[in-house]
Amino acid sequence: MADNVWIIGAAMTKFGRHPDKDVLDLGSDVALEALADGGATIHDMNVMAVGCQFEPFTLGQKIQKQIGQTGIPVYNVTNACATGASAVRTVIMSIKAGEADMGLAIGVEQMGKPGFIPQMGRPRRDKFEPDGRFGEVMPIEGVLGTDFMAGVFAEAGMAYAAEHDGVGFDQFVKIAEKNHLHSSLNPLAQYRKVFSTEEIKASPMQAYPNTLLMCCPTGDGASALVIVSEKKLKTLDPDVRKRAVKISASVMTSDPWVEGGQVQPDVNTLTRNAADQAYEQSGVDPQDLDLVELHDCFATAELVHYDNLRLCEPGGAGAFIDSGGPMRDGKIPVNVSGGLISKGHPIGATGAANIYEVATHLRGEAGDRQIEGAKVGLTHVIGLGSACAVHILEKQAV
Amino acid sequence: MLADMGQQVPIVDYLVLDDGAPYLNANVCDECGALFLDRRNACGKCGKTAFGKKRLADTGTLKSFTIVHRAAPTVPVPYVSAVIHLDGGGSVHTNLVNVEPDPEHVQLNMPVRMTTYTAGVDVDGTEAVAFGFEPAEGKA
Ligand SMILES: [Zn+2]
Repeated sequence: MADNVWIIGAAMTKFGRHPDKDVLDLGSDVALEALADGGATIHDMNVMAVGCQFEPFTLGQKIQKQIGQTGIPVYNVTNACATGASAVRTVIMSIKAGEADMGLAIGVEQMGKPGFIPQMGRPRRDKFEPDGRFGEVMPIEGVLGTDFMAGVFAEAGMAYAAEHDGVGFDQFVKIAEKNHLHSSLNPLAQYRKVFSTEEIKASPMQAYPNTLLMCCPTGDGASALVIVSEKKLKTLDPDVRKRAVKISASVMTSDPWVEGGQVQPDVNTLTRNAADQAYEQSGVDPQDLDLVELHDCFATAELVHYDNLRLCEPGGAGAFIDSGGPMRDGKIPVNVSGGLISKGHPIGATGAANIYEVATHLRGEAGDRQIEGAKVGLTHVIGLGSACAVHILEKQAV
Repeated sequence: MLADMGQQVPIVDYLVLDDGAPYLNANVCDECGALFLDRRNACGKCGKTAFGKKRLADTGTLKSFTIVHRAAPTVPVPYVSAVIHLDGGGSVHTNLVNVEPDPEHVQLNMPVRMTTYTAGVDVDGTEAVAFGFEPAEGKA
């Protein structure tokens, strides 16, 4: 039986715009902060992993050159929107494998303000000749449907609406309204403004049913965690031990073959698989959860994950939001940080930052947004393509 | 046929334009029957490498959609992107056409049927024929 793993240090930058910094500043500063938070230094680390989607090339080594070149192994990880969580899990696996007893995981991204519409596909050709895996003779985006994120996740929500009653535009709006409201309490969130139902409905439509206020922004940010084996933890200072948070489950999945998955990315099955494995690994029941940080890249995505993560009755995601279940004073608070929609979504940072968020609540250090008495929480991220990570964290004595 | 009379080519290779009605032609795994529209190295379901062809139905059901209002400058908006489950198996992702692009006219689970239209013309006057689906009125 592999040793348990614990978090002893956690840090996060404010998400948003950091034009005065580069990705190296963001990653290095947050790493130093996490190490200090855990009462450790870079010299205590035996392994390091860095998640960054857009500038991953030896970024970990560049950070080492800023904060301490100790010669330890460093892994540079990309996994779409699950990049940060993949870095965390790389350190966890290294410790569980017995190769390391203390490690540093960093998730970081600087997105500046790229245009909402990414460059996709090949340029238009003057002469029609078949190209690519579909033998397409011209760009197919907007002709054979959309592959842009806002549309893909809108379709994921609408596919749920096609199968279940009580799900529509109003439910998706309520989710965005909740996350904007939650973010007003989080000083680290990119946006902290409260919006009314009417304001969310009236904001510019991107891909129905997602209006602009139902879509996550781009941004800059970083988060880092210091992770240790239980054996190592027992040798550490009592002040460090008392703030430690147990990682009771750490699971990654990819999307298994399903009928129709070729034409509509399936974000559900891999999330259900990851959640079920995490509940099994930890012995935690979904109803035990005091808070959940899940991947609300769009309001339509959050809704389907209520069901995928077993937070509601099967098919009952619409009723769950209607009843206020995921509000911070509801049955299972979801995205009390403000979620990706309002806290922000610097791609590589997100999967580490949601672990920071839950750990901070379990330590009782979340300030105005603290969920009182939180003992157990779950984090979820999904990178389209797809990669899913679920972690379950618990406050326990050691 | 003279080149300037306008030859037609399918926008993607799984759309077949021959003398009869246009249709969608999928790769079907010999072993497990899984359907694919793209060029394959092996089967994503079972891993085997032998494939045949299967002609898909031109009718189906609208299982999801989004109405896209923000797109690249070359793409006219709003338009409806749709996920369609075809009668008899298989599914496709394409635009829903010949319908008002608003949530009142686009109804989940409504029956739809395939249609084709010219999506572009190249320097030689060759037309790219695309497929879309449209509401199939009167079909239960
Ligand atoms: Zn097969």
